[in-house]
Amino acid sequence: MTRAVLHVAQAGPLVSIQDAGRPGWQRFGVPESGPMDRKAFARANAAAGNPPGAAGIEVSLGGLTLDCIEGTVSLAIAGGGFVVEGPQGKGGSWGIVTLRAGQRLSIRRGPWGAWCYVQPAGRLVTGAWLGSAATHAPSGLGGGLLASGQDIVIDAPRTLPDRALTCPVTARPRFRVGIVLGPQDRFFAPSAIETLLAVPYRLTDAYDRMGVRLHGPGIAPEEALAIPSEPILRGSIQVAGDGMPTVLLADHQTTGGYPKIATIVSAHLDGFAQLRPHDPVRFHAVSPERAIELIRLRSIAAHPHPE
Amino acid sequence: MPDFPRFVPVSDCGLLVEFGEEIGGQAHAAVLALDRALAAAPVAGQCEIIPAYVNLMVVFDPLRTDHETVARALRGRLDHPPQDRAPGRLHEVPICYEGEDLARDLAELAAATGLAAEDVIARHLSGDYEVHLYGFAPGYAYMAGVPEPIRLPRKPAPVRGVPAGSVIVAGPQCIVTTLTMPTGWWVLGRSPALILTGDAARPFLFDVGDRVRFVRIGRAEYDRLTRQGT
Repeated sequence: MTRAVLHVAQAGPLVSIQDAGRPGWQRFGVPESGPMDRKAFARANAAAGNPPGAAGIEVSLGGLTLDCIEGTVSLAIAGGGFVVEGPQGKGGSWGIVTLRAGQRLSIRRGPWGAWCYVQPAGRLVTGAWLGSAATHAPSGLGGGLLASGQDIVIDAPRTLPDRALTCPVTARPRFRVGIVLGPQDRFFAPSAIETLLAVPYRLTDAYDRMGVRLHGPGIAPEEALAIPSEPILRGSIQVAGDGMPTVLLADHQTTGGYPKIATIVSAHLDGFAQLRPHDPVRFHAVSPERAIELIRLRSIAAHPHPE
Repeated sequence: MPDFPRFVPVSDCGLLVEFGEEIGGQAHAAVLALDRALAAAPVAGQCEIIPAYVNLMVVFDPLRTDHETVARALRGRLDHPPQDRAPGRLHEVPICYEGEDLARDLAELAAATGLAAEDVIARHLSGDYEVHLYGFAPGYAYMAGVPEPIRLPRKPAPVRGVPAGSVIVAGPQCIVTTLTMPTGWWVLGRSPALILTGDAARPFLFDVGDRVRFVRIGRAEYDRLTRQGT
């Protein structure tokens, strides 16, 4: 079988192998993991001609440099506004780039966005855990975090024409994010909820695949609460005793005892994940029914019915 | 019982079913009963169930169903609870209490509780533990059942690099850790048991609702078992 080998010349923190994720194990403390921006990941995979959910590389703001040391492979790149430098020169992060042995690709933080996806046309050879290559970054379980010096093997690599991919407007960072209040909003004073909905918060540097801590006016629960640990979903906004909210993301813990004032709607999670530390974000409340409408509309847009 | 069970919508893909607000009482039994019922007969669009102390999350596919439809189906399940009250599986989990490296907090916990180290061990072994929920990290099973005399609040600050397999306690709870992680809980010993079994058919040793008894092993036995990689 033909193959291509990519040598990792440099990988920043939190650059990892991801597939579509590992649903179904949260009762055992295992979050879904998978891409922080699921839409950009899917777009890259489709452009690479891979099956949906095939494993690829998630690039953080720490950047990635790959040297092709064997074979030839095309890479579909999507997500964020990164700076991509390949054999054909410098460009943005939406496109297909072909690497031949001896050629280098580097991906660096650009004008916007926090996560970028590199999907090789072919099968990325990687480890799996519980049937998925998605990396749970805090434990390293799954395909794993990439480290400088390692080699990545692509089985049955394919070559595609180099071209630009369109960056849909919905792939941009989302500075206005919909939330469904609850499930523990009853522990907060009405003024705390008004504050959350009225005032911009900023993302802080305390940002990894588990979640991001926000900074803004404190919205502490009404009393120091020791609520029993409760199930948590991706997008939960939990508030610690100091009143600062944290948004839980792909590698979130599955249960926790801090009250959750609200949850970001699924349709806005990808856009939220493309915000960067220090970016402002404003929240607005939507009903659970409206949140379902939004994700259904998003799904129709992503998978239009065949003619 | 006018307040419970309570159905709380969570975003667009979750329904939290609450049976109470405080640990203890009948809430957890109700969680386990509904968990079993949904495992046996899932509702339409059900993706997964996350049981916790006093409530349970039904994660559903928002393209196929919605909160109200799921709530209606759950009411049907709750009106007709399953008859079987089968207790969870009982596991015997080996633990070694010997050595500063394996039982780094045993002496300190003994001093703090005013017990001899051997008494702490005897109390810990006497506990009937039940897996109430998983959380914190993959495979971290929160077991209730630490006997009263050896209950201590967690330490003021977490200690880094506590090895996988550590048996840690805080208050009424006990965990056999699966990863090397920081913890503010008290490390009483180490178990060679693998909670992440590596067995694709049953990748986690415990399910929520299972019961655990600890069985003491000596250092030589611990070293032998860990050399075998069991």
